[in-house]
Amino acid sequence: MNPNGLTIDAARSAIQERKATAFDLVDAHYEKIAHEDEKIGAYLTLSKERALEKAEQIDVLARKGDPLPPLAGVPVGIKDVLCTRGVRTTAGSKILGNFIPPYDCTAVARMESAGAIVLGKLNCDEFAMGSSNENSAWKPVHNPRDLSRVPGGSSGGSAAAVAADMAVATLGSDTGGSIRQPASFCGVVGLMPTYGRVSRYGLIAFASSLDRIGPFSKNVKDAATVLGVIAGRDPMDSTSAETPVPDYAAELNKGARGLRVGVAKEYFGEGLDGEVRASVEAAIQKLASLGCEIVPISLPHMKYAIPVYYIIATAEASSNLARFDGVRYGYRAKDARTLSQMYRRTRDQGFGAEVKRRIMLGTYALSAGYYDAYYLKAQRVRTLLTRDFEEAFKQVDAIVTPTSPTAAFKLGEKSDDPLAMYLADIYTVTADLAGICGISIPCGETKEKLPIGMQILGKHFDESTILRVAHAYEQAG
Amino acid sequence: MKVTEKDVSYVADLANLELTEDERTRMVRDLNSILGHIDNLNELDTANVPPMAQVSELYGVDRSKTGCERFMYASREDVIEGLRKCLPHDEALANAPSSDGTYFKVPKVIER
Repeated sequence: MNPNGLTIDAARSAIQERKATAFDLVDAHYEKIAHEDEKIGAYLTLSKERALEKAEQIDVLARKGDPLPPLAGVPVGIKDVLCTRGVRTTAGSKILGNFIPPYDCTAVARMESAGAIVLGKLNCDEFAMGSSNENSAWKPVHNPRDLSRVPGGSSGGSAAAVAADMAVATLGSDTGGSIRQPASFCGVVGLMPTYGRVSRYGLIAFASSLDRIGPFSKNVKDAATVLGVIAGRDPMDSTSAETPVPDYAAELNKGARGLRVGVAKEYFGEGLDGEVRASVEAAIQKLASLGCEIVPISLPHMKYAIPVYYIIATAEASSNLARFDGVRYGYRAKDARTLSQMYRRTRDQGFGAEVKRRIMLGTYALSAGYYDAYYLKAQRVRTLLTRDFEEAFKQVDAIVTPTSPTAAFKLGEKSDDPLAMYLADIYTVTADLAGICGISIPCGETKEKLPIGMQILGKHFDESTILRVAHAYEQAG
Repeated sequence: MKVTEKDVSYVADLANLELTEDERTRMVRDLNSILGHIDNLNELDTANVPPMAQVSELYGVDRSKTGCERFMYASREDVIEGLRKCLPHDEALANAPSSDGTYFKVPKVIER
């Protein structure tokens, strides 16, 4: 048994059957991290004390022969925008370089209650702003499949850790594609639940009407298992939905036969790399052979998604990031003589260039004289984009698209041109704006062996359908 | 709409950011590049389209109820059940860059 190549089921079974202990799994993963992470850069902080304590708790249960919780002994990593009590949490930023949260994010607490073992905090773009993990204030992340390339972002560390077997599963966050795109670039599964499916309590906020927490995993079943653990109403997040949580893992067996799968022409136009197109089209053919009905659809407003996203997300971010002022926690500029100077220098010195750019853009879009032209306009176009999906979902059960127009690009390739970086998000941002759910699964490789991802989008709270389609495709080999 | 250095200074003020001169120059260039792309939104006629601020409006609100009952999804369940324990004082101060053990300390508020 290779302790590093395990899925959730295999890990839990191994412990249940006493073939391995939780301690063994944790130890094997820290060994792997010690060997591999220097060149990848996925982890920012390791939480060995917490991990070993948790492993001991699980091993006590296993020794007694007690039934084990669903994630018992499963080593996981947590994106550094999710608060972990007593464990340094930086959001990938110097402004929180020494921040130790006094509470746990609900999603993390639920994972631990289910027996998962938190190995450490994962690298990400600063405040989840980026598509390549090059905006981390600490260090970039290198794609384990090709170290000269980016892993994607902003949850680059979360995707890379799973791809390199430095965790069995990880949690990331998605605001404009930050789970699905890195999953696609690293060749792993990345699930973005519907807005409100998973509590945001403890997630350091970027854009409050867009942010979601979701899992990365090695296969679709693991993603379904983790979703089942973290989803559900939380009194600490009033936007978390009352909608009941189905048994996602059990429903996978319903298969995909008879489901109507939409293919939108707007996702297969100019700008899509030839190899990515070929790979996703082959995947759609495979779905047809599995009994899915392929239906051509149109999402006519899709080309406006990037401008809408970059107004709404930055406007909300400018408000959410106002709290970082050096007063109560985090970095504070030295030698400021007045309070006002302290605020301004703390923020200019503590935030990186991309974060400042987005704060400026958002503040501008909300300022007097521009609010109607930018923010209000973007909100109206958001309605049009959402209606496109509502219309489409009257004819289909799921929509299949490429996750990203290209495979992973080289480190440094896009970092000088912010607009070029933004345009790479074109296939993922629409789902965030409409609030719907989406998953990215591997569907092929380029000639240079870079992973290609297929995205499956579903209706609000219909994660079951997209998981079924993804699982059926994955199992068909 | 073209963004000028004056605009950048004004917005930086609103955002409480003391940008360096280099940063201000780059910001003028970057903001103009991005806003140029965003101007494509003007191609769309949205006169009769309602704005969408919150995806949660699609669910969560119980339209069969009236008054404040309609918004029960936003209620503080911890208040209904009884007050939750508050974050202890010392934990709240633990991350303070400067504190006297009771308060957060900051540079003088009133500028002379």
